[in-house]
Amino acid sequence: MKFVKYGSLGIISFIVIAGLGIPLSPSPQSWLEFPVIPGLEDKARNLFFHVPMAWTSVLGFLVSTYFGFRYLRTKEIDYDFKSVSAAGLGFLFCILATVTGALWARFNWGSFWSWDPRQTSIFILLLIYGAYFALRSAIESDEKRASLSAVYSIIGGLTAPFFIFVMPRMMSGLHPGAKEDAGGKGPLFESKMLAPNMRVLFYVSLIGFTLLFVWMLQMRIRTARLEYESSRELSER
Amino acid sequence: MNDITLTINGISQEFNRRTIFRDLTFTISSGESLALTGKNGSGKSTLIKILSGLLTPTKGTVAYTLKGTKVLPDDIKSAIGLVSPYLQLYDEFTGLENLMILSSIRSNGSLTKERAEALLDRFGLAARRHDFVRGYSSGMKQRLKYAFALLHAPGVLLLDEPTSNLDAEGIEIVQQVVLEQGKAGILILATNDEGEAKWCSRRFQVA
Amino acid sequence: MSAVSSTVALFSKDVRSELRTRYALNALLMFVVTAVATILFALRADQPSPTVLSGMYWVVVFFTAMSSLSRIFVSEEERGTTLTLQLVASPSTVYFGKLLFNTALTVSLTLAVTVLYTLVFSEFFIIQTPSIFFVTVFLGSLGFASAATIIAAIVAKANTRGTLYPVLSFPILIVLLMTVMNATARALEGENFSEAMGDFQILVGYILVMTGGSFLLFDYVWKD
Repeated sequence: MKFVKYGSLGIISFIVIAGLGIPLSPSPQSWLEFPVIPGLEDKARNLFFHVPMAWTSVLGFLVSTYFGFRYLRTKEIDYDFKSVSAAGLGFLFCILATVTGALWARFNWGSFWSWDPRQTSIFILLLIYGAYFALRSAIESDEKRASLSAVYSIIGGLTAPFFIFVMPRMMSGLHPGAKEDAGGKGPLFESKMLAPNMRVLFYVSLIGFTLLFVWMLQMRIRTARLEYESSRELSER
Repeated sequence: MNDITLTINGISQEFNRRTIFRDLTFTISSGESLALTGKNGSGKSTLIKILSGLLTPTKGTVAYTLKGTKVLPDDIKSAIGLVSPYLQLYDEFTGLENLMILSSIRSNGSLTKERAEALLDRFGLAARRHDFVRGYSSGMKQRLKYAFALLHAPGVLLLDEPTSNLDAEGIEIVQQVVLEQGKAGILILATNDEGEAKWCSRRFQVA
Repeated sequence: MSAVSSTVALFSKDVRSELRTRYALNALLMFVVTAVATILFALRADQPSPTVLSGMYWVVVFFTAMSSLSRIFVSEEERGTTLTLQLVASPSTVYFGKLLFNTALTVSLTLAVTVLYTLVFSEFFIIQTPSIFFVTVFLGSLGFASAATIIAAIVAKANTRGTLYPVLSFPILIVLLMTVMNATARALEGENFSEAMGDFQILVGYILVMTGGSFLLFDYVWKD
């Protein structure tokens, strides 16, 4: 899968250069100029990083739960390697998304954290990831660890739909696209203020981060398999 | 109740990156008794757990047939009696209460108090039947486990280390149980003791 | 039919065992008293708002539940009676028997907290809409028990049970906590019953999803 490796690295480098390097202009004339979005200005560049990271953290959870489910059905330990590898990456991207989000919030909304529905969601996702790894480290046997953590991530996933109903009732939203957003313009990446070149760059970035996730996932799964095989050889000796 | 056949076919068990045993195959029918032997750590207890349906083997199949028809794993439990060092009874209940409560959870309905008391009597616990198990000696607890295992007159009796903690009189009762069960149904015991292995009509080396 | 009678038999075994040993009950009552006393010290002469009070109410319930609801599986595991139970009962019998017991325990817990609250906060803790309050407490208890039971079964198989239980439970219970806190505040503020319907729908949905999911997954946790 050379394509995934070089593709993801290429796209991410391109996003870093283009996303940070393309100058802003009040009235953009060409594809090499971004418009000035009132209230966001240069901060809009975070769109290319923060949103794809948040997407990858959710993707990691879904992939991990799916492989956990497959493990429960087949009891093949290889599915647990896939599940835990995806969860580890999801956790990493979850932290990155939280940090980039908190920084963005600090400069746009005035404080790092204000318990808006999406901030609360990612906080809970962080907690579930944390609890998942705490559970794994508390179980010695491979088989038990695999099935108990798979059950836990499924149970965690079952609560997710409720947040969609619960959170808007409890707290006001600051993210664009929230109920309270006066203009009701929807999420930034769907907004009309976004120039076509920014939108293209955003979707390219989504693809890039997804490919990065796939590539890192493959490496982690390979590592987990090798570790397992080597410790197995030691114990069989 | 009779005419039970147990067939295990190519079962292997792996646990925590170790293979415990590989590719075991045997068949046993009512009227036979089998001694599982093998050195410490060879997986005798694990095999007993698999036979009782408490553990699914990594590979291979365990099949019980009753009068020629296959019995589902969930239904087989009502035909199995198990004595094992890993199986404990409830400390906060008396010997008699333990038997009555466990059979009410099993809900086979037919158990009467008389049968429970007769079993307690057989294992020499009649006088202490209203005492809390907390106060039992380890040998008495082992005797109570036999009363629990035989409570529902199981077609298959599985014994793991059958005489641990028992005195000479206790061992004699167990020998009686083994011989009776070996005629009426299936008896499988796991042991390291040559004398106990001789109670059985067949032998199987776990390795 | 026999599945129901087995479940009831297991439930009554746990109740008898609890009444004899008082493992959970005594600790639970002491925990409630300690927690409410701590809140009293913290508030001193301040006048707590309904939101603060309803939040505190469920904080007490959460931590007390975390101190006692895992016992139901941990005690079987510690005493080595898990195998015995696996032998005599089907997984669904065990799950529903234990769920029933934890529900009873949580209901008595919320009742104890309610009584204590009305005694010590008699000036501030005035339930203006009792119908909302009691429906919330009942559904909340059910929801707590449904999530806490499957987590207890998971935790019983792990090594560091005491600290792990709240860590695993909190992310799962957070939706429920937010909803019951919201509904309890409504009851204290005297809103109409109909205004809490949305909260109740979420609670009922949560109970159904958690119980159904746990029931389907319990086999994988319970069997080695």
